Amino acid sequence: MTDDLARLISRIDASRISRRAFLNRTVAFGVAAAVGTSLLASGARAQEPKKGGTLKMGLGGGETTDTMDPGLADSPVPFSVGRQWGDTIVDVSPDGEIEPRLAESASANEDGTVWTFKIREGVRFHDGSVMTVDDVVATFRRHSDANSKSGALGIMQGITDIRADGGNVVFTLSAGNADLPYLLSDYHLIVQPGGGVDAPNAGIGTGPYRLVSAEAGVRYAFEKNPDDWDTTRGHYDAVEIFVINDATARTSALQSGQVQMINRIDPKVAKLLARSPGVQVKNVSGRGHYVFIMHTNTAPFDNKDLRLALKHAIDRQEMVEKILDGFGGIGNDIPVNAAYPLFDETLPQRAFSVEKAAEHYKASGHDDSPIVLLVADTAFPGAVDAAALFQQSAAKAGIPLEIQRVPDDGYWSDVWNVKPFCASYWGGRPVQDQMWSTAYMSTADWNDTKYSNPELDALILEARSETDEEARKALYGKIAAIVHEDGGTICPMFNDFIDAHSDGIAGWIEDANYEMMGGYASSKTWMA
Amino acid sequence: MGHPVLILVVQRIALGLVLLFAVSVLIFVGTQILPGDVAQSILGQSATPVSLANLRAELGLNDPPVTRYFNWLGAVLQGDLGRALTNGQDIAEAMGKRLGNTLFLAFWAAVISVPLAILLGLIAVRYRDRWPDKVISTVTLATVSVPEFLLGYILVYFLSVKFRLLPSLATVYDGMSLGEKLYAISLPVLVLVLVVLGHMMRMTRAAILNVMQSAYIETAELKGLRPFAVIARHAFPNAVAPVVNVVMLNLAYLVVGVVVVEVVFVYPGMGQYLVDHVAKRDVPVVQACGLVFAAVYIGLNIVADVVSILANPRLRHPK
Repeated sequence: MTDDLARLISRIDASRISRRAFLNRTVAFGVAAAVGTSLLASGARAQEPKKGGTLKMGLGGGETTDTMDPGLADSPVPFSVGRQWGDTIVDVSPDGEIEPRLAESASANEDGTVWTFKIREGVRFHDGSVMTVDDVVATFRRHSDANSKSGALGIMQGITDIRADGGNVVFTLSAGNADLPYLLSDYHLIVQPGGGVDAPNAGIGTGPYRLVSAEAGVRYAFEKNPDDWDTTRGHYDAVEIFVINDATARTSALQSGQVQMINRIDPKVAKLLARSPGVQVKNVSGRGHYVFIMHTNTAPFDNKDLRLALKHAIDRQEMVEKILDGFGGIGNDIPVNAAYPLFDETLPQRAFSVEKAAEHYKASGHDDSPIVLLVADTAFPGAVDAAALFQQSAAKAGIPLEIQRVPDDGYWSDVWNVKPFCASYWGGRPVQDQMWSTAYMSTADWNDTKYSNPELDALILEARSETDEEARKALYGKIAAIVHEDGGTICPMFNDFIDAHSDGIAGWIEDANYEMMGGYASSKTWMA
Repeated sequence: MGHPVLILVVQRIALGLVLLFAVSVLIFVGTQILPGDVAQSILGQSATPVSLANLRAELGLNDPPVTRYFNWLGAVLQGDLGRALTNGQDIAEAMGKRLGNTLFLAFWAAVISVPLAILLGLIAVRYRDRWPDKVISTVTLATVSVPEFLLGYILVYFLSVKFRLLPSLATVYDGMSLGEKLYAISLPVLVLVLVVLGHMMRMTRAAILNVMQSAYIETAELKGLRPFAVIARHAFPNAVAPVVNVVMLNLAYLVVGVVVVEVVFVYPGMGQYLVDHVAKRDVPVVQACGLVFAAVYIGLNIVADVVSILANPRLRHPK
């Protein structure tokens, strides 16, 4: 055991040069290398975790209609519930590295079209059965079935074959993808017995906590998994998740000591809450961003000058201050920020400029008829207020923006992706490739700016299979520059994840992957 | 048989059933004109055209509405409320639990508020225009005037956050003892009691005062009966009809109108269940909830009317 540990840590040390360099090496030499940091991370902790206690979490974002099927998880509570009982084969660490979970190591062939993951041995499911390579293969096959309703279906589309090879799972891709481990870290892809084909809702996995009872939209109860393969996590004896969708009810449950952790703090109350005794507010900047999207194929937004006029007419600083109350970062009309690997920092930040906005507006030859922006608060919290701010700053440049407030009901079906100009929200993706190809490729279903540019499509595909780090970064720089200048996205801000916990909790770390420490708050924290 | 009271009661019940049928049509039509479509709402932002088409076909959304109405009504009459579109749960089963929770909350709120309201009403009449009357009237008027969510938040702030006396979370689940459940629901019960108390108390007070103008009350007073006995034994029985009416109205509110209170205290009752499914366009669940709510409302109103009929001496003893 100590030998294993030393070996693993030395490998990790060797691999910490950079994520990309490391991946490149495995790609270039086809060497199976450990891709892990979890043991290292626990060793590096200043404090030794204490065992025991019951953690009660109050989470917003769950409904009576939720199921336990990880493929159908699409909101915070099902996401967090999955993190209690399940594991993926790999995951993204808080600092953006790929770390091993049920796969011990990963390697790829030279052009990144064949990936081999060595599956950990001797891991038991909660029902006592041993997890096999076949279970892993069946899991990925279930989520890649064309008739599947799995949220991971889109991710699996580039994979042409999944098969077991001894203790390994081998993926064959239609085109090279240096980011495959990032895609396979998707939270839908929890390994289930038999792939979860027969009982997708059973909640049986290899995670740190075993499901005791589940009542959708109300409460989930878990107990510690005594056979957990990863002994560095799961410090609580039991975990309870209470679904609390009302923001005020959530904060008062924390303040009254009924729960020890809550998610989704309204930026407007975060500072107030931080002042109350016994409570710590934790915010971390992530990849989620709020946008106003224009259909680049529909008048008047098919006019590049008009798009630029609107991009210059928005005061990003003011939005971050007033809508996010400072809990967020300024956007630059592209869907990626410094939280992404290989982000190009050289792209100039676009600033609010009445002169430039007026100039482009004039050049666009728009007939001064109102430009209608559809908005509802379901698009993102504070969207209606943000639109009002936008309207005021645009008016200074003489741009007649008209706000049309629409109902929350049916917003995603009747407005988003349908109307030419509306507010929206993106949660971000672990890697740039996924973000660009999900929403900016001309062929993407979610190309919500209806942007079609063969040059951009080619660049995205080229970057995906490019294994040289510098070259790839340069390609992403080009992609960003095109969308920044020509695209239909106005991105004023990236929002923080804001959670809070009581003083009784120790071990909280920043994790930009998602709220609640990327879902690992219950795995990695403990009772102080 | 053939007693006029019996005929009246049977007529009233029949009318209730006709009304329920009419409501079922309204519910069905109403759910058809909700904006958006079920398949789209289930899949949300992640919908693709192919997955939408698949889901629509699977859910039978391509049949004409009239066909779907009669299919639905037929099943309901056989006790089958169908399955939730979103997660395939049996609605009757899922709703049974939620309805049980709602009735549990309503029961305790009613057990406390109804006797309390009537007692306070009697006291208010006994000390009419003196300080007990004024205190009772002012306090209940205040609690009935504050929106229930505000009342809830105020109580949570003081009783849960500040002094940590009562829990702000009213989540109840299987495996809790009765005592634990009662402790969990103490705050929502308190809010509901305060919200309905004023209405019932004031109605009781007004109805009794109305009766107090009658000649026979004067007779009773002249006979030298103690004032409280006059009110409780002679005036109150004749004021039962309006009081029962307002009590039933408030009971109906306790079952069908507590959505806000359920949200504030995170109570897993019918209200939250309905709201979740409306948001997801889960039409069968919305229809089933609507029907149950209508049945409760109509049922309680029938009870109120029947009690009024029975309490009316002129109907009980026809000439």
